[in-house]
Amino acid sequence: MQTALILGGIGTGVGVIIFLSALISGLQASIIERTLGTQAHVVLQPPEEEARPQLDRAHQDVLAHIQRPAQRLRTILGWPRLLADLRSRPDVTAATPTVEGSAFALRGTANRSVALRGVDSDSYGGILDLRSKLVEGTFDVTGTHAVVGVELAKELGLGVGDTLRLVAPDDHTELFTISGLFDVGITDLNLRWVFISLRSGQTLMDLSGGVSSIQVKLRDIFSAEQVARELGAATGLKSDSWMTLNSQILMGLRSQDSSSIMIQFLVILAVVLGIASVLVVSVIQKGRQIGIMRAFGTRQEQVLRIFLLQGGLLGLVGSVAGILLGTLMALGFQRLATNPDGSPLFPVALTLQLYGRSVLVALGTGLVGSWLPARRAAALDPAVAIRNE
Amino acid sequence: MALVGPSGSGKSTLLNILGLLDRPTSGTVAILGQDCSDLDDAGLTRLRGKTLGFVFQFHHLLPAFTAEENVYLPMLADVGHFEPAMGLRARELLGRIGLKGFETRPANQLSGGQQQRVAIARALAMAPSVVLADEPTGNLDQASGNQAFELMREINRESTTAFLLVTHNPGLAKRCDRTITLVDGRIA
Repeated sequence: MQTALILGGIGTGVGVIIFLSALISGLQASIIERTLGTQAHVVLQPPEEEARPQLDRAHQDVLAHIQRPAQRLRTILGWPRLLADLRSRPDVTAATPTVEGSAFALRGTANRSVALRGVDSDSYGGILDLRSKLVEGTFDVTGTHAVVGVELAKELGLGVGDTLRLVAPDDHTELFTISGLFDVGITDLNLRWVFISLRSGQTLMDLSGGVSSIQVKLRDIFSAEQVARELGAATGLKSDSWMTLNSQILMGLRSQDSSSIMIQFLVILAVVLGIASVLVVSVIQKGRQIGIMRAFGTRQEQVLRIFLLQGGLLGLVGSVAGILLGTLMALGFQRLATNPDGSPLFPVALTLQLYGRSVLVALGTGLVGSWLPARRAAALDPAVAIRNE
Repeated sequence: MALVGPSGSGKSTLLNILGLLDRPTSGTVAILGQDCSDLDDAGLTRLRGKTLGFVFQFHHLLPAFTAEENVYLPMLADVGHFEPAMGLRARELLGRIGLKGFETRPANQLSGGQQQRVAIARALAMAPSVVLADEPTGNLDQASGNQAFELMREINRESTTAFLLVTHNPGLAKRCDRTITLVDGRIA
């Protein structure tokens, strides 16, 4: 009876930990995937232009109003070399040059302002796999082909094979043939992104031979800030990581982490106290038996070990129950929380690592919870314990 | 040897002190010539396990364990892990006390007399020099009490194991080799 209760307690505790961990890591993985699904991990851009007033430093008493310069679209100097260097780094999984700028998309009398992305069709897939996001046509940005989002296509009445006129800010105009329509799941991007070839981008933006940014994907996404700082220092370029560009999301993830750790800590504490209180009662009940064992030559450390072993076993068995419970809860939640189309909102992350960690935590909890009762059992005076009829 | 005396005369206290379960407030206990005053708990436990056996008024077996397991408990505590020889010795002792066939019976499914005999077998497991018995027949009916007492007498005659018996029963005391009477904590 006592054993069943205590196992229930440990099982519930471990179950909550597993459920919570699986839920939060699943949620975070999903948030990160959505955020990074359309973003590079690190973006390198030309350094910002700064005003360099020709002012004599000796005359500090001159009143001066220094205006910040407008940032022109410029190229990254020596980008092919930089790109090769980046690709040879072991922590970089993909790097691709792009030309980014704004333009107007015209069709008939309709026009929309769009964000042009001149990309290298071979390597861009490593940053954003547009082929998997296509709803129609193919991802073909060679020559004068362009790929646009489904929203823009709807606004301008475009379909695959239709012609689109793109007008750059300096009135430079080019005609493109639509080769495919994509849907990245974000309306604004579906409306604004127009993919063309790197060369067409260079022509339209008047940036012949140049690129306006290099996008980098890393093996470890959480090293992005570190890598961005390194690259910035090494190249003198403006180097931003997704972590800086999405600092609010990152902060959200961090606070989610810490509240989850806090809850898990409190659950563990409650389970430890539960184990301790049940075992203390058990030590009192079994006092006489402990006394007999002591009278027959059982040493104190042997008694201590027996109770610690009991705590450890309770932890282990409880963790098995907890793993079952937590897995059921997590899978049940995944089934309940679904998108309108019936697919799960996000997959819960039930990993072997999580299970392994839970078993260790439960084992530790059992040992810690049984420490005090075990000490008490070992310290029992056999004469008193036996006399206590 | 029988230890007799009215209630409160200190019989059980003396037994506990001799059994190294209690420490004397004054004086010393020597077992096989070894002074025990300076021993720590581990030392006392070791000495107790090897040289002394206990039989209590209530059998004090571990109820969830079998007769055999109860008998080899002292050996297990001494060595720290199980050896097949322990089981053999336990079965041999159970055979000696007439409980052949009950080896794997849980202790709480034996009769009172049987339990007390298992307790005697347990006390003998380590072949102790002295068995200290606190009213070993006090909780048994006449017949089983007699049987238990005779068993101890026989073992005493067969081996070098001495028995120190606390008893209220003058009949039993008379059948012992020697009787010590305690009055108000003093040997009368």
